[in-house]
Amino acid sequence: MSDIPNSGFPTSAKCVVIGAGIVGNCVVGHLARLGWKDLVLLDKGPLPNPGGSTGHASNFIFPVDHNKEMALLGEQSANQYRDMDLSVDSGGIEVARTQERMVELQRRMTSAKAWGIEAHLLTPAEVKEHVPFINGEVILGGFYCPTVSVVDSLETGTTMRKEAIDKAGLQVFANTEVLDVITDDTPRPNGRRKVTAVETDKGTIEAEYVVIACGVWSNRIAYMADTYIPLVPAVHQMADVGPMDILAETNNEIGYPIVRDMDTFCYERQSAGSMEVGSYAHRPILHHPDEIPSNAEAALSPTEFPFTPDDFDQQMEEAIELMDMLGDAEIKYAINGLLSLTPDGMPCLGEMPDVENLWSAAAVWVKEGPGMGQVVAEWMHYGYPRVIDSHGADVARFYDEEKSDEHIWARAEESFNKTYGIVHPAEQWADRRMLVDSPYRSRQEALGAEFFQARVWERPQWYTSNADLVERYGLEERKVEWDNRWWSPITVAEHLNLRENCGLIDLSAFQIYELEGSGAVEFADYLAVNKIDVPVGRSVYTPWLNADGGFHSDLTMMRMAEDRVRIVTGVFDGGRDDFWVRKHMPNDGSVTFTNLSKEISTLGLWGPNAPAVLGQLTDQDLSQDGSPYGSYLPVTIAGVECHLFRISYVGDTGWEIYVPWDQAPSVFDAIMKAGEDHGLRVTGGGVYSLSGRIEKGYRLMGAELESEYNPVEAGLARPKVKAADFIGKEAYLAAREAGSEVQCVTLIVDDNVDSQGRQRFMQGGNEPILDLDGNRIVDSHGRASRVTTAGYAPSLGKNLLMGYLPNELAEPGTKLQSMYMNELYPCTVVGPGSAFDPDDTRLKS
Amino acid sequence: MLLVVLEHERGELVEAACEALTFGRVLAAKMGEDLEAALIGSDDDALVAAAGEYGAETVHTCTHDVLSDYGPDAYGAVVAQMVESLSPEAVLACGSDRGNEIMAQAAARLGSPFVANCKDVTPGDAWSMTRVQWGGSLLEDTAIDADVALLSCGLHTVAAEPGGAQNADAEEFEAALDESHAITIVKDRVVQEAGVTLPTAPVVVGGGRGVGSEDGFAQLEALAELLGGRVGCSRAVTNLGWRPHSDQVGQTGTRIAPEVYIASGISGAIQHWVGAMASKHILAINTDREANMVVKADWAVIADLHEVIPAITEEVKRRRG
Amino acid sequence: MKILCCVKRVPAPGAKINVTADGMDVDAAHLGFTTSPHEECGVEGAIQLKEEHGGEVTVLTLGPGDAEEQLRYAASVGADHGVLIATDGTAYDPQRTAAAIVEAVEELESAEGGDGTEDGEFDLILFGNESADAGGFQVGIRVAHALGRPIVQGIKGIEVGDESITARREIDGGFEVYELPRPAVLGVKEGLNLPRYPTMKGRLASKKIEIQSMEVDADEGGQSRVRLHRPEEQISETVILGEGPEAAAAVVDVLEELGVL
Repeated sequence: MSDIPNSGFPTSAKCVVIGAGIVGNCVVGHLARLGWKDLVLLDKGPLPNPGGSTGHASNFIFPVDHNKEMALLGEQSANQYRDMDLSVDSGGIEVARTQERMVELQRRMTSAKAWGIEAHLLTPAEVKEHVPFINGEVILGGFYCPTVSVVDSLETGTTMRKEAIDKAGLQVFANTEVLDVITDDTPRPNGRRKVTAVETDKGTIEAEYVVIACGVWSNRIAYMADTYIPLVPAVHQMADVGPMDILAETNNEIGYPIVRDMDTFCYERQSAGSMEVGSYAHRPILHHPDEIPSNAEAALSPTEFPFTPDDFDQQMEEAIELMDMLGDAEIKYAINGLLSLTPDGMPCLGEMPDVENLWSAAAVWVKEGPGMGQVVAEWMHYGYPRVIDSHGADVARFYDEEKSDEHIWARAEESFNKTYGIVHPAEQWADRRMLVDSPYRSRQEALGAEFFQARVWERPQWYTSNADLVERYGLEERKVEWDNRWWSPITVAEHLNLRENCGLIDLSAFQIYELEGSGAVEFADYLAVNKIDVPVGRSVYTPWLNADGGFHSDLTMMRMAEDRVRIVTGVFDGGRDDFWVRKHMPNDGSVTFTNLSKEISTLGLWGPNAPAVLGQLTDQDLSQDGSPYGSYLPVTIAGVECHLFRISYVGDTGWEIYVPWDQAPSVFDAIMKAGEDHGLRVTGGGVYSLSGRIEKGYRLMGAELESEYNPVEAGLARPKVKAADFIGKEAYLAAREAGSEVQCVTLIVDDNVDSQGRQRFMQGGNEPILDLDGNRIVDSHGRASRVTTAGYAPSLGKNLLMGYLPNELAEPGTKLQSMYMNELYPCTVVGPGSAFDPDDTRLKS
Repeated sequence: MLLVVLEHERGELVEAACEALTFGRVLAAKMGEDLEAALIGSDDDALVAAAGEYGAETVHTCTHDVLSDYGPDAYGAVVAQMVESLSPEAVLACGSDRGNEIMAQAAARLGSPFVANCKDVTPGDAWSMTRVQWGGSLLEDTAIDADVALLSCGLHTVAAEPGGAQNADAEEFEAALDESHAITIVKDRVVQEAGVTLPTAPVVVGGGRGVGSEDGFAQLEALAELLGGRVGCSRAVTNLGWRPHSDQVGQTGTRIAPEVYIASGISGAIQHWVGAMASKHILAINTDREANMVVKADWAVIADLHEVIPAITEEVKRRRG
Repeated sequence: MKILCCVKRVPAPGAKINVTADGMDVDAAHLGFTTSPHEECGVEGAIQLKEEHGGEVTVLTLGPGDAEEQLRYAASVGADHGVLIATDGTAYDPQRTAAAIVEAVEELESAEGGDGTEDGEFDLILFGNESADAGGFQVGIRVAHALGRPIVQGIKGIEVGDESITARREIDGGFEVYELPRPAVLGVKEGLNLPRYPTMKGRLASKKIEIQSMEVDADEGGQSRVRLHRPEEQISETVILGEGPEAAAAVVDVLEELGVL
């Protein structure tokens, strides 16, 4: 039955959601649950299947993912499907054909434990008990997850839509093509435009909010508003083969667990009497949104492209090898189905940075649909999602260099075959490198820099020119290849040299902004928890909170002048922080906002010899009195006007030196020359971001700091709260009042030798922290204790972990365990402070 | 002269022949030529007279032992021989199965082009025509270079309409035929169904995938029977094995032309539409008011066919008392 | 029994067919290609005859190099050989198509016997009644005539005897029966059978079949394309009689008005 109310076409609405696939339907459903009214849902196709990717989705959810956002939103989504009774727990098995994959399955067991998902490792014979028609000869084992589910995404969409019709009077218009998304382009100080209306072939609707939930078409709609959602429609091939008696006899849509043949990038999923064979192994086949035909032009649905059998043949051979019965079954239906890929594999959710009230709910697959619908609805309603921290999916995360077809296509081509791949946590992209580099690039290359990319910014991770230090400190490669991958003992050597002498670190990827104007300081104070209205020349480290009091950012702000405040933040958060400022800044002309990231380069000089090195280049008093911690002083180095900022993220004394981009190389050269007799070495980001930081227990945005935790829990609350209002103040005061039931702590791994007698070096994060009985530790909010950062501490010769623990387990000396690659390692709580130099004597020297 | 090839069955001109005469009458006028007809396998005066009512001045009749029943070889040979001895400017048949077959047979013998399923023909030194492709969803403008224009007009392109009545003369045509032409003669004829058939039914109740199952067609059968009509179906339904192919309406099935086509649960894919588009009226029943069939119909009911069809059946019964 | 089945590669369109800018072809930019439906039944029919009587099935197409896809598809459901008469990609007129096929068949038949004996002859050649796209209704007939073999169109049933082939043709309300001496040619129609889908093993095996490529010179015929275009859309105002079963009375009013009650 048609669920379209019999009314005229509206001329205005509070919110127009474009796209009636799983995502659009879930967004309207969740907005209705939050009490929103006056909603309109549009789709250019018919209902209930408008012809997007939802209509041909494979509809299964494997709940285990190494990525926290994806895992928890997958679980959240699976539960919503279950609540609607539109889901069947079929179970699922990931089978391994290679030893490397067996190790990966151990890693998946670890992630399953972290998220509290039941999982078992199976022998080939045990796999066969679940899936009698599998060829046990070609597999080494399997990872079985009984809560893998198959969902009815179309019916779920209909149910959510009906709920919104009932609760909020949602108006639905199928077969309605959006022709334009109209924005108010009156120039505003924050540089943003505002969405005002949606023009369709049935009329124009003035709208306060517009949500783009158009799946593979999302960017076509974004273009209409002159903005950009970085996603590309990509082919996922699948074929339906059958019928087969053994499947038909189950009399079920799905009677056998789904099998993911991980090493061939292929899955087999029962679909009534047939088997659906899907592949991520074929060559990447990407399309432009404008190549997608209309519903009328398409032979099947618009997103079911003609099957290209040559691309699938290899998969067929492998599928038959795994399940011989597939070979004699008929291929009844086969498509090149379109799905959405993004440059970094994460969805695109949130408000468009350049267009106010235009929201993206794109690049979401069926497995995350309801959860992400909830995320977007909550984000619109509360200002930030409550269900989970979604910074990894935030559409504001992208830099301009990431918003081009060239970039997305290259990244999608490279990542497509990693869909089932074994991806190392530190894995680097091969293509689209050197998009943004620092002023020192030629010098770094000469020094043999191994570059790691932070979004689009290149940073040396270590320098092969420092290989001699490896010998000096008697260091070795790691025994286990996985631990050694994307790593070098040079990074340990650079760390030890910095602690012994000093190191020069390129921090040019810092994102630097300035607020200026009569309202700059007042606005800066509105953003920050800590007081920004401090004397000129002082800096303030401060969290930025969302309205609920969780972390939005942590960064440094400097009072440059009476009416000028500088903001320095990390490269991974630049886009989000830039957007956050623009979103909140007053548009009355009292504040201007400038991005200086490519005008100011930053060098970090740290180590016991740092004052001696710098002392040769300036007359500035570099003592703790003359250049106190947190001070921001103008100096001239090698004839260049610079600023010295006394701070340290590595635990040794020294400075961040802010240098004009164009003149930066000469400053670099001068420092290196001055350091020649003081053991100064160029030092990579491995020391800055990880080993130096973790020895000191410094928290990192996106790791320890997320919207799910507040400053009290993170141990970053100051004794007093400033008088001025700021975002999240009310919630922050309440959190202080309530006290914290958890603490952010460092743990030391007491013994890192695995069952095969090999030393292991934990990395990655998200591994569970367990009690001595091997039980998960979960707080009253349902937050599990897990590794937020793991790393080797060269100065201690130990592996360190960071994470949140309930107060009773956070006491220094408490014995716990952590899991890594499905093995348990004993560890001891250090406490909320530093494992190395807890009294900060080195900082004060 | 324009020569129209007449199809006949059981002593009567078939509808297709009348369409060809109607189309031919207009074409002959455009050519400024006489309209004549070829009656093969019969010299029945009644058929000659019937052709006259459509404007044929002369009917060339041809009878022979090997023309005792339909046979494409023999029929094609007769048309080819008529071209050779009567020298018409053009020969036209209706684009029915037989019409196209006879014309192609003749064309093969004459080594001339044959343009099937024309919608519009422009005579001249070089003939050009618009013909249907893809069963009618696409048109092709084409031109021929030939001594004689061999054509068929698309089935149901025009409605048969008598006109320009003539007292047609019958002229016997002596064809050179022998036993070798009987090679493809009809040996047997089997009647499978008595009464109204899908191509001739005044009412067709069509069902698509939306019917849901083989059993779901029972409701359609009931309504069709009540209205003296037949059940038709889409290609999807035949492929699912719910109905025999002989019920399929479409480009590769039967082309229907009923007074009213009740299309239920049919989205209106091109393959189906081209078989149904000659219907005089279309009434669509669909849950999707934007379905192609609904958009193209004269009337539509937005409903689940399984609710509304039984209701229609009941209403018909009630009114009939 | 040796059977030849001639197939055509045609686009698989949706509800709306677009034409290329020059008007000379269907815009297949986002369309897949398939075998014309009648011919798909022809391939299935040939394979069923082979399964019943033994022998070999050869599938032949005339078209661009990509038409190999349709030959492989036929091989994946059981055809033994594939022959591709390569064109330059433009649409051949029916006479030219027929002439090229005739030349190819003659070459295949003389080669297959090795010494040109009748052993090389195809006992049965199958065409589709008409192609899904151009729908010229004549290529099979022209080929049969040139080869001096009998042909009947519109066939929905085939039985093979020692000397003859019995074919059924659907007519309004029943069918006609034809009996043709071998070798013969038939134009078959969808409904002859329900074609099978390829199996995965069939698909993989089809990759190993050698496709014989032939180059044939055939003169253009007397018909030439000027352009393709879409018919004018019939814009009809659809009168919505109602929603749900309550609309039944309005429906019967219409039927009454039309006089079909």
